[in-house]
Amino acid sequence: MTTTPLRLYQVGTFAAGNRLLDPSERTVQSSADRASSITSGHRACRGCGEALAARVVMDAAMRATGGRLVTVNATGCLEVFSTPFPESAWQVPWLHSLFGNAAAVASGVAAAMRATGRDDVRVLAQAGDGGTVDIGLGCLSGMFERNDDVLFVCYDNQGYMNTGVQRSGATPAGASTANTRPVGSGIGNAFGTGKNLPRIAMAHEIPYVATATIADLHDLEAKVTSAMSRRGARYLHVLVPCPLGWGSDASDTVRVARLATQSGLFPVFEAEHGTVTQVTPIRRRVPVEEYLRLQTRFRHLFTEPGRPDVVAALQAQADRDIARYGLDPEEES
Amino acid sequence: MRRQLEGSLAVADTVARCRPRVVAAYPISPQTHIVEALSELVASGGLAPCEYLTVESEFGALSACIGASAAGARTYTATASQGLLFMAEALPNASGLGLPMVMTVANRALGAPINIWNDHSDALSQRDAGWLMLFASSNQEAVDLHVQAFALSERTSLPVMVCMDGFVLTHAVEEVDVPEQEQVDAFLPDFHPRQSLDPDHPVTIGAMVGPEAFTEVKYLMAHRQLRALDEVSAVAQEFESAFGRTSGGLLQPYRTDGAELVVVALGSVLGSLADVVDELRDEGLAVGALGICCYRPWPFDEVRDALRGVTDVVVVNRAVAVGSGSILGQDVRLSAPRGTAVHDVVLGLGGRPVTRDVLRRLVLDVVTGRVGSDSLTFFDLDHDRAAAELARELADTVPANGGGS
Ligand SMILES: Cc1ncc(C[n+]2csc(CCOP(=O)(O)OP(=O)(O)O)c2C)c(N)n1
Ligand code: SF4
Ligand SMILES: [Mg+2]
Repeated sequence: MTTTPLRLYQVGTFAAGNRLLDPSERTVQSSADRASSITSGHRACRGCGEALAARVVMDAAMRATGGRLVTVNATGCLEVFSTPFPESAWQVPWLHSLFGNAAAVASGVAAAMRATGRDDVRVLAQAGDGGTVDIGLGCLSGMFERNDDVLFVCYDNQGYMNTGVQRSGATPAGASTANTRPVGSGIGNAFGTGKNLPRIAMAHEIPYVATATIADLHDLEAKVTSAMSRRGARYLHVLVPCPLGWGSDASDTVRVARLATQSGLFPVFEAEHGTVTQVTPIRRRVPVEEYLRLQTRFRHLFTEPGRPDVVAALQAQADRDIARYGLDPEEES
Repeated sequence: MRRQLEGSLAVADTVARCRPRVVAAYPISPQTHIVEALSELVASGGLAPCEYLTVESEFGALSACIGASAAGARTYTATASQGLLFMAEALPNASGLGLPMVMTVANRALGAPINIWNDHSDALSQRDAGWLMLFASSNQEAVDLHVQAFALSERTSLPVMVCMDGFVLTHAVEEVDVPEQEQVDAFLPDFHPRQSLDPDHPVTIGAMVGPEAFTEVKYLMAHRQLRALDEVSAVAQEFESAFGRTSGGLLQPYRTDGAELVVVALGSVLGSLADVVDELRDEGLAVGALGICCYRPWPFDEVRDALRGVTDVVVVNRAVAVGSGSILGQDVRLSAPRGTAVHDVVLGLGGRPVTRDVLRRLVLDVVTGRVGSDSLTFFDLDHDRAAAELARELADTVPANGGGS
């Protein structure tokens, strides 16, 4: 008989709604009076990380603002699966304009609230990685630079999922997507491309930048709460596995997200005014391979003859970030 | 109060009196003076409470206006030319979502070749974007139309573009009566949006609509646009009673009674055109002019009525639809009563002056049959220069045959 060794932290601090916690530390989701900002019945795929993140983010923001919240949504999976006319999953005021302008639209909403004496109403903008790091970057940078009172949340599933899984500026090297197939000697998405939006956001020296994943909902909620306790431009980058685009099992969404952090490929941290102020240490460091192997978008790296060089290069990226952010307590000398 | 004032400053001053709550704009000639003046007013507190957003692009400007309008604030922006095209994706979004806002377009040519001077290519290229489009013929009218535009926009819940000729109007200094604050306040009630982002009454704005309802949504948009014709007339009439002068409305006919030939035009050429009409009437020619103030929605019936009994219509097009002909001309043809000869003429592109002399020559050339009605005429074209270039191109492409050796 095989047994899975029990790791206490999995049911301890990580799980939402844990009864062992002091009530003040319990998650928003564990509360019966959570806002349920996005109701069930929407059309996201099974195991969608973005749907989970959006619900947690919105409910936490609703609690933090006492329900005085308006949200702006870029075009993308979240928008499409939540509002097929005449249905809407949104229990909060929600505005969708275009793919690339969510930050500017949100700035306009915030300006209107201020000018009409309603600045108790807070603004939260949401977009996928495409709507954030690519087509929406101009408007987003403008919003950062003006320090508009908006929390911008990027749900990073590392590709244009809504249009059929093409690469974005957030797609990792080595990933196969609909327009970066590993044909011939190709490896899939090339090294040396892509953008690190949390660092770009930090370069704007805005009050608050944070990263999070759906593997740690407690941390995600805490970061939304922290963000909503501040004014000015804030940015939250959430890693959200996409079973359809990543080729991972729908039941593995949380596991994949956790392995992304535990391998060092996705550093989880907070920064204020351009300086990192807090990092979430890795609990059990794993080789990147453990993360990559769960996803068919990386399958070509492991099918004969395989691409150990690419896996090694990805490992080197993870190692660099582990050192850069000080993610591994064991490594601290 | 009547003042000697640059057109842009008169418009900025008027917009300020309309009490916008959010202004977002990106600089482009010849719109800059308007938004510079507004930024100064906001900075000095003269417009409080108003937020001025210095955005990173025109796309950002219009997007911020979309957010602000959806949140229930009176909203204003201004642009021209390339800037209007940079907004293109957001233009039908604002109208499709039914968001009131006012935008000044300081009309300017579209590149390439890049050209900062006046024509109507920019606004006319966006004629189907679902905005109401008003054209000012003078700086006084530009001022008045802005007051009317806010009223119109908020009553119809549609965005309104006020077009004024770049440089010719924006940079012209002349005497203008900028309405007093109390007058504007009396004319323009506080903005009460039809729908707005409000935590007490959550709404979903901008849902995805599939084939089962999209046609109906578009039909209703088309219907609402046409219904706005009545509002345009009504607002212009109310303006006249409140301010004691005529401005705006659908059409501005000038001596069309008994006219056999009528020149149709948009914008600032209407002033010179009226002078030419007077001149030619004195000389015994039965001519008139028809100014189109409301270009979108297009006043089909009113234009048809205005042209009834006219034998020749001359359309002054200050834009070309490359590959098909004219833009304004096409609209006029739709409305011209059967049997009317429509002389479609392009002139005044990219800042080429449309003087009284040019207009006079145009009318006389139509009268003498030099300008036909079966094709598009580039009236102020330097034929020699164009012909030389065409000949050169021809020589380049045709292989030399039997050139001798
Ligand atoms: C201007 C414009 N270009 C392209 C598209 C097509 N489009 C819609 S959503 C999308 C990708 C969305 O990707 P992302 O922002 O990462 O969101 P996701 O669907 O992955 O959550 C694209 C390319 C569009 N709607 N508008
Ligand atoms: S494609 Fe991916 S992001 Fe989109 S709904 Fe499905 S799982 Fe979610
Ligand atoms: Mg994506």
